[in-house]
Order: sequence, then structure tokens, then C-alpha cells
Amino acid sequence: MDPAPLDGNSLAGPLAGLFATDVTLVTGRCAHCGDVSVLAACVVYRHPMGAVARCRACTAVLLVVVEHPAGTRVGMPGLAWWQGPAGSTRTGAVGD
Amino acid sequence: MSSWHAAQVVRTEPLAASARVLTLAVPGFAGALAGQHVDVRLTAPDGYQAVRSYSLARVGRDEVVELAVDEVRGGEVSPYLVHEARPGDRMEVRGPLGGYFVWRPHDGGAVQLVAGGSGIVPLAAMARARAAAPTSDAPFRLLAAVRTPADAFFAKELDSTEGLTTTWLYSREAPPASTRPPGRLTLDDVTAHAFAPDVGARVYVCGPTGFVEAAAALLVDAGHDAARIRTERFGGV
Ligand SMILES: Cc1cc2nc3c(=O)[nH]c(=O)nc-3n(C[C@H](O)[C@H](O)[C@H](O)COP(=O)(O)OP(=O)(O)OC[C@H]3O[C@@H](n4cnc5c(N)ncnc54)[C@H](O)[C@@H]3O)c2cc1C
Ligand SMILES: [Zn+2]
Repeated sequence: MDPAPLDGNSLAGPLAGLFATDVTLVTGRCAHCGDVSVLAACVVYRHPMGAVARCRACTAVLLVVVEHPAGTRVGMPGLAWWQGPAGSTRTGAVGD
Repeated sequence: MSSWHAAQVVRTEPLAASARVLTLAVPGFAGALAGQHVDVRLTAPDGYQAVRSYSLARVGRDEVVELAVDEVRGGEVSPYLVHEARPGDRMEVRGPLGGYFVWRPHDGGAVQLVAGGSGIVPLAAMARARAAAPTSDAPFRLLAAVRTPADAFFAKELDSTEGLTTTWLYSREAPPASTRPPGRLTLDDVTAHAFAPDVGARVYVCGPTGFVEAAAALLVDAGHDAARIRTERFGGV
């Protein structure tokens, strides 16, 4: 049996080096079906090469995260947009 | 918060049939919220690395990380953490991580916790944070599904935590006095022991992926607003 998927909470660590705010609270819209949800709620499959985040509604691939020693690479093949949590338009420190 | 911190095991304690608590000293680790997790990275002598996520069992003390790990038989990392790691062992920790599956003392309002197996760990941290926050009078309830009484984490403490009502539900083997036959979480369990939907409790569900999905569906069937249910999946087969 294939391992059961995780969810977007598990992407907090892999994405922590890229963004100043906690990314799991970011809201995204699936470019395929239009579902809007926080990243924490997407379905995540961990592979040896990296993590693949899929839409909770239609399973389209939203995001691919690969942690390289040279730096973390994020592909976003399936996100129409990404919106920060409230307060993320301020400059400087964000949230708490 | 993004980089790896050096960590050293300072204490291990038995916790349940196949689980134990590990306390790590982690210089630079600070500001954790109840419900957050860390990523733990182990490096073998040949350079091979394995990374797994573990929830914080307790928050409130900087530079200290308390984990509660259940053994997944045949797993790569958990058998080492449960049976072999000992004081002095080194590893790396990234965190505290996650801003979604968290409870803050000033959140207020009733809180319903629903745990399967080791999914109780971040929920215990929330109950502990509530007990430690003198200003919080939010009523908490915990529905905790475990295989047998010997698998219950922190049972004595969670049965006597101020402001918290805990119900243990056994899936394989129940204590002799129990009237509920062992089995999976049902809609009756939810309606009998969880807050009624009209209380408007904030709901946190955590555990193996299959448990989380089944429990969240039962909560919605029982009338809880899906928008108030937050979930965290630990994986599993
Ligand atoms: C955000 C987050 C927080 C977590 N917090 C905790 C925690 O506080 N305490 C804790 O004990 N675990 C926790 N876990 C689970 C932990 O990260 C590991 O998945 C678990 O310890 C198994 O790792 P392993 O290397 O031993 O097994 P692996 O070698 O990764 O897996 C071996 C086999 O077991 C299966 N498996 C993996 N995880 C589980 C599971 N949870 N239940 C049943 N089967 C599984 C796999 O699919 C695989 O077939 C958490 C997971 C996440 C994503
Ligand atoms: Zn979609």
C-alpha cells in the first residue's frame, strides 16, 4: 500500500527558508478547479526527491517543493494566485 | 526559525506501550505555540539523512523541545527515537513550525480536541498551554481514540487537567469497567462526548491520516461547521 498523504502543515519546515511568514496560512486558488483554501489544508505526498502538494478538491498538482543543498526550489504549476494572511501587506515584520 | 538548530537529547522517559518522551536541549529555539511541530533531522555516520516531523508536547520553555514519539514498526526513524536514542545523542531540529494548527491563550471560546493515537501530542500541548494560562477560562474537551489503555499518552495528567474534560475511546481493547465495546470512532461517540455544534467550539483533529479524515467527516455529520474544524495529518498506510 502507498503511504497515506500528509497535509500542508508538513510544508512549514521545507518552506521556512523561503518566506518571512508562515506559509501554511497563505490562501491559494487552484488554477484547475477554482477551489480556494489555506496551504495547510492541501494534500501532500512526500517523495524522496521532495514534496508534492495537491488540491484537496480536484487533486491537481498545486505546488512542488524540492530541498536541495544549494537551496530550496518551489514550482507552482497549479496555483492561480497566492494571498498572504491578514497583515502581510505591511512592510517589515509580519504577523507574530 | 528556518535553519537547523543543533539539538542534544537530555532525557528520555517511558510514556506508553510503544512510546516515549524525549527532551532535547536546543540552543536558539524559542517562541513556540501550542500545536506547532518541529522537523527532526538525523544523520548517519555515512552521511545519510532522514527528516521527520514531530509535534511539541509542551510549549513555554525556550531552548527545550519535548517530543512524544510512538513507534511505527519497521519505520526508519521512530524505532530509533523510542528504543535507542539516549542522553548525549545529537540531532538537528528545525522550528517551531506551523501557524495553522495552533491554539493561542487569547483565542478564547470553547475548544474541542479530537485525537487518534499519537495525534494527541499537539492537543496535549494545547491543554497544557490552557492550564498554564491563568487568564484562560475556555472550556476544553478531548476525545482521544487509542488502541488499548496501555497506549494512552499522558492519561493521568489529561484526566485531571483543570478546565479539560477527557474521554478515552478504545479501538482494540477497553478497560473491564468500560460499557462501550472496543471499536472505531462513531457518530454516537461524537454526539455523546463532543461539544454540541451550537456551542460553536473551535475543533482540532489530529492523528493518522485515515483517522483524521474519518473523524472530520463524523464531526460534519454531527453538525459541526467545517470552517471551524482544523486538521493535521500524521501519515500512515
Ligand atoms: C506535522 C506532523 C507531526 C507529527 N507529530 C508526531 C508526534 O508528535 N509523534 C509521533 O509519534 N509521530 C508524529 N508524526 C509522525 C512522524 O513524522 C513519522 O511519520 C513517524 O514517526 C513514522 O516515521 P518512521 O521513520 O518511523 O516511519 P517511516 O520509515 O517513515 O514509515 C514506515 C512505514 O510506516 C508508515 N507510517 C508512517 N507514519 C505513520 C504513522 N504516523 N502511523 C502509522 N503508519 C505510519 C509509512 O507509510 C511506511 O509504510 C508527525 C507527522 C507530521 C506530518
Ligand atoms: Zn482543484
